[in-house]
Amino acid sequence: MLTEIQSRESSIRPTRNRVGSESIVLNIAMDKQRPIQKTLSGSDPDWVALMQRVRDHQDRAAFSDLFTHFAPRIKGFLIKSGADATMAEECAQDVMTTLWRKADQFDPTRASVATWIFTIARNRRIDMLRRQNRPEPEELPWGPEPEPDQADVIALQQDSVLLTEALKTLPAQQRDLIEKAYFGDLTQSEIASLTGLPLGTIKSRIRLALDRLRHLMK
Amino acid sequence: MNIKHHLQDDTLLAYAAGNLPEAFNLIVAAHVSLCDECRAVVESYDSIGGAIIDNTEVADVSADSLAQTLARLDTVTREPRSTPRPGTLPAPVQNYIGGDLDAVRWRPVGMGVKQAILSTSDTASARLLMIPAGVAIPDHSHEGTEMTLVLKGAFQDEDDRFARGDIEVADGSVSHTPVADIGEDCICLAVTEAPLKFKGFLPKVVQKLVRI
Repeated sequence: MLTEIQSRESSIRPTRNRVGSESIVLNIAMDKQRPIQKTLSGSDPDWVALMQRVRDHQDRAAFSDLFTHFAPRIKGFLIKSGADATMAEECAQDVMTTLWRKADQFDPTRASVATWIFTIARNRRIDMLRRQNRPEPEELPWGPEPEPDQADVIALQQDSVLLTEALKTLPAQQRDLIEKAYFGDLTQSEIASLTGLPLGTIKSRIRLALDRLRHLMK
Repeated sequence: MNIKHHLQDDTLLAYAAGNLPEAFNLIVAAHVSLCDECRAVVESYDSIGGAIIDNTEVADVSADSLAQTLARLDTVTREPRSTPRPGTLPAPVQNYIGGDLDAVRWRPVGMGVKQAILSTSDTASARLLMIPAGVAIPDHSHEGTEMTLVLKGAFQDEDDRFARGDIEVADGSVSHTPVADIGEDCICLAVTEAPLKFKGFLPKVVQKLVRI
């Protein structure tokens, strides 16, 4: 059941030059590449491997593991974004069903499973709360090689683990501000103050993955 | 593609976080379709969303939620990977037009300039503009932010030249007169927060009629 919820579109006012605007700079030593204690094969299950089993073998046991871990997080995320519990539960099921339906489109050299799930949940939220589509960029050409290089996958997944850890160590006030932005709760000028997010090396890694996809098609 | 004019990080973050009105989402998606630099920024902001999903407070789902979802999977058809759509208009714009340039239903707005309004939520508006080669869009200013993405040809304003993939961001204080390159007609996607105000171009009543 869908209920009417006030749209949260904020007005957009990008500042033409960023100099002089008050900004919060987050000090995170992400680029130092400290050794990772928590590896992909450590305490967390290997979500990418589970996704690949869903993709290649329509593996329901793997799907169930993903569901058990992620569905309560999606539901929590949607409640924080302004959905009531019933709606959030329904949408969490929708998001997990979309994960199954679009499994072929997951690219582990560009996103962790949590990131990919976030993008599906965000789009579902916009659809649910605003009754709008979210225009998506044109999909990049997929190369003839079905499997990406394992080293690239591991590097990106490790970057994602670092990012999650980095967010946890931020002062509570800064973390709250970032979370509010992703729950759809910030105005554009508040978002403009969020500079220096702890992206670490992830941007350059994604850039390389995009270059590789473009190159494969030439 | 050699793109010189990009979107600012705060706009890309707002796009990733899901905070923009539909019309601005569209122009960001269209620019990112052409610009890998901005695509990498958007996808890295997406990864912060992933970290938030990782860290967020969980809300328990009901006991039969998994069973219900597993049952739904039987009715789902798997989607193959989508392939890029050739054409002048990037795929997200084609989705609003229902095709490429030849499917656009242009309406004249004077001076040979034509437009086609795209249907988005009404907090911001999106339109395609066709500016004949060498023609100037009349001096105009606007309330709020205006973004203009070049899809074909090029235009020149007081400061710079903008070609395919380039995006110009102007706020309300800017009054400018973009001129299309002489070589070919210029086609742009323009998104505004508020209606454009043309200085002495068309009477207000006509502006209302053509929804400039």
